[in-house]
Amino acid sequence: MKRVYADLHLCANVNDLSHVKRLANRALTLGYGFVAISFPARYAEQLVTPVKEICKEVGVEPVSRVDLKPHTPDELLRDLRKLRRKFEIVAVVCQAKTVARQAAKDRRVDLLNFPQPDYRRVFFDWATAELASNSLASLEIDVKPLLMLEGTPRIRLLSILQREVQIARDSHVPIVVSSGVSEELLMRKPSELASLASLINMYETFAMDAVSKNPVTIIKRNREKLSWRFVAPGIRVVRRGKDC
Amino acid sequence: MEIVSCETCNSNEFMDTVWKSISKLYGEHGASTVNLHLISFNDEEKSAILRVGHTSLELLKTALASITKVGDKPAAVHVLRVSGTIKALHSKL
Repeated sequence: MKRVYADLHLCANVNDLSHVKRLANRALTLGYGFVAISFPARYAEQLVTPVKEICKEVGVEPVSRVDLKPHTPDELLRDLRKLRRKFEIVAVVCQAKTVARQAAKDRRVDLLNFPQPDYRRVFFDWATAELASNSLASLEIDVKPLLMLEGTPRIRLLSILQREVQIARDSHVPIVVSSGVSEELLMRKPSELASLASLINMYETFAMDAVSKNPVTIIKRNREKLSWRFVAPGIRVVRRGKDC
Repeated sequence: MEIVSCETCNSNEFMDTVWKSISKLYGEHGASTVNLHLISFNDEEKSAILRVGHTSLELLKTALASITKVGDKPAAVHVLRVSGTIKALHSKL
């Protein structure tokens, strides 16, 4: 079966529809079937529909995504309660260990993103991985820092990411590789993202799954859950009416 | 491969960039195992054909994907096609 590729972290300026269109065009040229555009948590609802329409016009399937950046677990729970049913992908940017643990065990969170390249504050540890493996959370790795950094900072980042990938692999936590970019020239083909993933010991099928099967599974699962047909896992409405 | 950039570049700049990228990621030892040669470079179409040992193909692909500038100009390099012979490559392109 032919692979369908998805970039789950495209940081388009949602207030500038021409920027969205340029990125969507580039994503189509590079071979992506799905692109997830990040909306701010305090978003204007009217932004989502025009952005989705532009992506559909261009020919790429849009997915709405929100990046939560809570400072405390309580703030995370509040945001999830408010926003879970409004976005197809919910990603939590974990800047504290307590937030990471809460996000990992919450089944409403799709992606765990650890932006700190500081080895003293690594949060995707074994405990977080164990919690994530029992819920539906995946580890997201953005490729942008690998492109932008050089020398010692990149070496440190590669070392941290290699360790996180090993932990995720051993704990059976799915990994999603995304671009995390906001410029067209930094966007890469899915095979190129998989090649960059080889720097952090993700090879061949494992890397290709991280840019195709894993993100597409998340999108399909959430779309099913957000649809009116969904009742509970494994239960859905087939038909409504008097004569069923 | 194709070079996506707002400005033009020449073959020397391009090859310098590729060698630097390989050296940064894999060091001088890694770069010495690549056996890389430029076959042709087209200024107008911003495309190039490179020859590399088949065991170093993935290494080169990673190095090309990590290029963000050619010279001082923002650019991206995308691999269009990989082929065992130049004749087959021209016919596919």
